[in-house]
Amino acid sequence: MEIKVIHAGMMTTVQDLGRRGLLAQGVPIGGAVDPVALRLANLLVGNAEDLPALEITLTAPELEFSRDGWIAVCGARFEGVPAWRPFRVLEGDCLKFGTRQQGCRAYLAISGGFDVEQVMGGRGTFLPGGFGGFEGRALRDGDVIRSVPSERVLSGHWRIDERVLPRYSQEPTVNVIPGAQAAEFGDALYTEKFGVTARSNRMGIRLEGPAIARTSGDELVSTAVAPGTVQIPPDGNPIVLMADAQTLGGYPRIGHVASADIPLIAQLAPGDFVRFKRTTVGEAHAMARAEEHRLALLRQGLAEKIRSP
Amino acid sequence: MKLEPLGDVAVVATLGSDIDSGTFASVLSFAGAVTAARAKGITDVVPAYASVTVFYDSAQIPDSPTGAYESVCRLLESCSLRAKISPSVPMTKALEIPVCYGGDFGPDIELVAEHCRLGLDDVVSLHSEADYLVHAIGFTPGFPYLGGLPEPLRTPRRDTPRARVAAGSVGIGNSQTGVYPVPSPGGWHLIGRTPMALFRPRENPASLLKPGDRVRFRPITPSEFESWK
Repeated sequence: MEIKVIHAGMMTTVQDLGRRGLLAQGVPIGGAVDPVALRLANLLVGNAEDLPALEITLTAPELEFSRDGWIAVCGARFEGVPAWRPFRVLEGDCLKFGTRQQGCRAYLAISGGFDVEQVMGGRGTFLPGGFGGFEGRALRDGDVIRSVPSERVLSGHWRIDERVLPRYSQEPTVNVIPGAQAAEFGDALYTEKFGVTARSNRMGIRLEGPAIARTSGDELVSTAVAPGTVQIPPDGNPIVLMADAQTLGGYPRIGHVASADIPLIAQLAPGDFVRFKRTTVGEAHAMARAEEHRLALLRQGLAEKIRSP
Repeated sequence: MKLEPLGDVAVVATLGSDIDSGTFASVLSFAGAVTAARAKGITDVVPAYASVTVFYDSAQIPDSPTGAYESVCRLLESCSLRAKISPSVPMTKALEIPVCYGGDFGPDIELVAEHCRLGLDDVVSLHSEADYLVHAIGFTPGFPYLGGLPEPLRTPRRDTPRARVAAGSVGIGNSQTGVYPVPSPGGWHLIGRTPMALFRPRENPASLLKPGDRVRFRPITPSEFESWK
């Protein structure tokens, strides 16, 4: 079907689960900043969990649907739009979102997935490079984006068990594995709370709080960084790198957010706060396994509710 | 070789503390050995200057009682034993990159000349007569960090980075030079521009250069720039 973009919202892009194997060429992993919300939105409409969906940032778009279909919106919550469950849209329907209630990024999946070309093994938009997604850019008013036809039938009224949802909060405590230069900083990252600034984007969440002073250490030679890496630039305000972050960094790395907690960081909006606590690589892997287990249970449960002809 | 975690997603192998050719030669041969091992669960091998960062998918790493991180560390230790020790970076044919120096394409060339107490022609000839080595690809897709800038051309970064640098711009930042393959913010002094695409999303590989490659710059005129295909 065709989906007409009546209003695009602040920044709405097509995203999937990113590109792998290209970091050595300087291409970031990219994809959804909150990959769990995108996977859940896809699962709820019967899609493979890595299909492209819309990533909606802070203000939502207004969309008109040319045919009947199923959609699901996960992640940030907006008034007037059902969250974490599939709902039907009918031919000619116009989907309007109300005020944002919580979170920063919502993911809108449609049964069949959005129909965009694969570039370098991914369908997500990489804005700085101008490739992937819908013409390599954010959606604009008046765009028409297509979805892949799907005859899927979803049955009954139900919602997913709240226990499988990420524990989003406007002041979460996030697990951090200490980084290579952790010893060159005091304890401030783990004792203070940090505010999220409006200069945050898909490349990084920029925090501010009591400046974190580096007590020792030399200029660093650039090494690889990744989504989750917490860098401390000379001004002492931490930056948590996100999906589109550059692949090499020369700032000291105080730590790295546990993969399972990336959704908590991804949903922080300007004005929210975050606290950090220490964890280990082993514990972080255990958290990731537990999350995959919850998603596997959900997939099993959904298989009975969604039929493909 | 020092191994340490980059969170729960990668292991960083550090092979030296500085930018020197001996360290970089071992970085290249170690990265090659890790890539050649084609081990299950390894998703990316990223060489840069003095380190090689190896990304893994913890769910795909064969189970072991000590965990995925230790398994990857053991893999890297065995790759290190197998990596050929070469005292210098192998010589390969240099890629020649055409550059139109100065004018609108190189708005900072006068600043560089002034800082280095050189004439504009000296900046062009020094920059285009040197041999460069790709130390890393990063910052933006396909951006080559080039070592080998002649000492007289060293110029610190701009005090205020530009919000947008045009694709193809050639810049100098301290002791390094490089080419911005896609439009991006940038803090280096811009001395020229190439019409050559260093990053092509629809080709494989998309980046024209890789770490260890050699580069030379060739001066071209504005009309050669316009007619370059």
